[in-house]
Amino acid sequence: MISREDVVHVARLARLALTDGELETMREQLNAILAHIDALKAVDTSGIEPTSHAVPQFNVMREDEPRPCFPIEEMLANAPDRAGDFFRVPRIIEE
Amino acid sequence: MTPRTIHELTAAYTRGETTPSRVTEEYLARIAKLDDKVGAYLTVTAEQARAAARAADERYRQGRPLGPLDGAPVTLKDVFCTKGVRTTCGSRILEHFVPPYDATVTERLAKAGAVMLGKTNMDEFAMGSSTEHSALKVTRNPWDLARVPGGSSGGPAAAVAAGLAAGSFGTDTGGSIRQPAAFCGVVGLKPTYGRVSRYGLVAFASSLDHPGPFGADVLDTALLLGGIAGRDPLDATSIDAAVPDYAAELERGVQGLRLGVPDEYFTKGMDPEVESVVRAAIDVLKGLGATLERVSLPATPHALATYYVIAPAEASSNLARYDGVKYGLRVPGHDLIDMESKTRAAGFGAEVRRRIMLGTYVLSAGYYDAYYGQAQKVRTLVRRDFDAAFRRVDLLVAPTTPNVPFKHGEKTDPVQMYLNDVFTIPADMAGVPGVSVPCGFTKSGLPIGLQIIGRTLDESTMLRAARAYERATDWHMRRPNLG
Repeated sequence: MISREDVVHVARLARLALTDGELETMREQLNAILAHIDALKAVDTSGIEPTSHAVPQFNVMREDEPRPCFPIEEMLANAPDRAGDFFRVPRIIEE
Repeated sequence: MTPRTIHELTAAYTRGETTPSRVTEEYLARIAKLDDKVGAYLTVTAEQARAAARAADERYRQGRPLGPLDGAPVTLKDVFCTKGVRTTCGSRILEHFVPPYDATVTERLAKAGAVMLGKTNMDEFAMGSSTEHSALKVTRNPWDLARVPGGSSGGPAAAVAAGLAAGSFGTDTGGSIRQPAAFCGVVGLKPTYGRVSRYGLVAFASSLDHPGPFGADVLDTALLLGGIAGRDPLDATSIDAAVPDYAAELERGVQGLRLGVPDEYFTKGMDPEVESVVRAAIDVLKGLGATLERVSLPATPHALATYYVIAPAEASSNLARYDGVKYGLRVPGHDLIDMESKTRAAGFGAEVRRRIMLGTYVLSAGYYDAYYGQAQKVRTLVRRDFDAAFRRVDLLVAPTTPNVPFKHGEKTDPVQMYLNDVFTIPADMAGVPGVSVPCGFTKSGLPIGLQIIGRTLDESTMLRAARAYERATDWHMRRPNLG
């Protein structure tokens, strides 16, 4: 089942900062859920195509015409931190 | 006394007996008086509602209403973007978020002249079956305030049940319209996937999300659906098919319709009162001229597990955007990853975190084929079951839920909560339409829902059967006693 290492790894992929206690609770709860999900492995799906959308659409196209877009001020209105016309964030790349 | 349904209201407006403004004030007063008890509304938009109502007044004065929803007081689940009006998804991470645009559903309702009273409560990011996972408010079942209204669209369902809106809109991904409709004793409809645009609907699981209406009766529900259905160039998954006049076919009755009763929807563990009340409801339909036939949908027992792979997987991708960069909550961090991780941990509640973790896990390298790949194949089996059944019958009739509204705090185990949706999940996976109609009460006065499931894009037949049932009974006329 899911190990402590797995949970730490998945939490990093999911960008979730969990405390040690939270990681352990999460591990237990995920294991309980996975125990139910594991029943799926026994279902015979040989020769069955996967379904990604129940009512599928294919190649929905439109003309590549430029259209008015949202004004910059509206897009920045919810910004937690802005600098001019930019969203400001902490450093991304290590020095 | 002010009529309760939209069709009665608009008839009264046309006859000059009352006006949209007067009715809007009555609803706003009722919200002010009762919503402390019910907790349906997260945001009440009184001034906007009054402005919309005044515009509707003028149109009725001139004898030129826009259509059957003109002046109808409605509410939207707080998962639909409403320009300039806070949209929270029941989450701290969007607690102060104000969308710069309207969802297509929002826009179509405005174009139809509907009066939006406000935004209603939900399980956070639509993940839940009781609305207990809202980070912002508790919503109570108007029939028993100690019990849950269902979820995730508990707010919209409770609002209609309590007379705090004449109609409302929610979303159904695993049952989140039909189940709260059953729990609150109102009509709740999940259309065919793609029938209603998802543009501006905050995404939970993109292949499973279905916007749809709640109404006090089937006629209102049909009118509400008609107001929002139809292709939208802004949603590439929206279906390009004509929208029928749902109200026009409504009174055709069920004579000659073949109804399938699926074995797998009457399970050993289900509440015996629910089973007996639903079976009695099915007999009413038989008495009205429908024929009954037993059918089997053998993949049904696997649908829950399949859903709990696919929905969290899609959610983990959809919710990756909440990172504190462009909008929503931001918790400072020493670098970008630290900021994002702290923001998301602080902003998301326990259920959302659980599903993001589960979804990330089943999509991760080494597990993708065993879990997600396999789940997608089982989804095909679920879909094929419906295709096979609909070669023999026109509709399926079944309970909406295996249980009755439970008490707040009663279900703390996540898996126990997931079991609420066993009868609703399959229709989401197959994309076929389903509706829940009130069909009775337990001895202790809790509502029970009858579920009718139809063929892809055949909402008309489904609505027709629901209407025939409603005309032969009066469960939908009962109202909770809230004072």
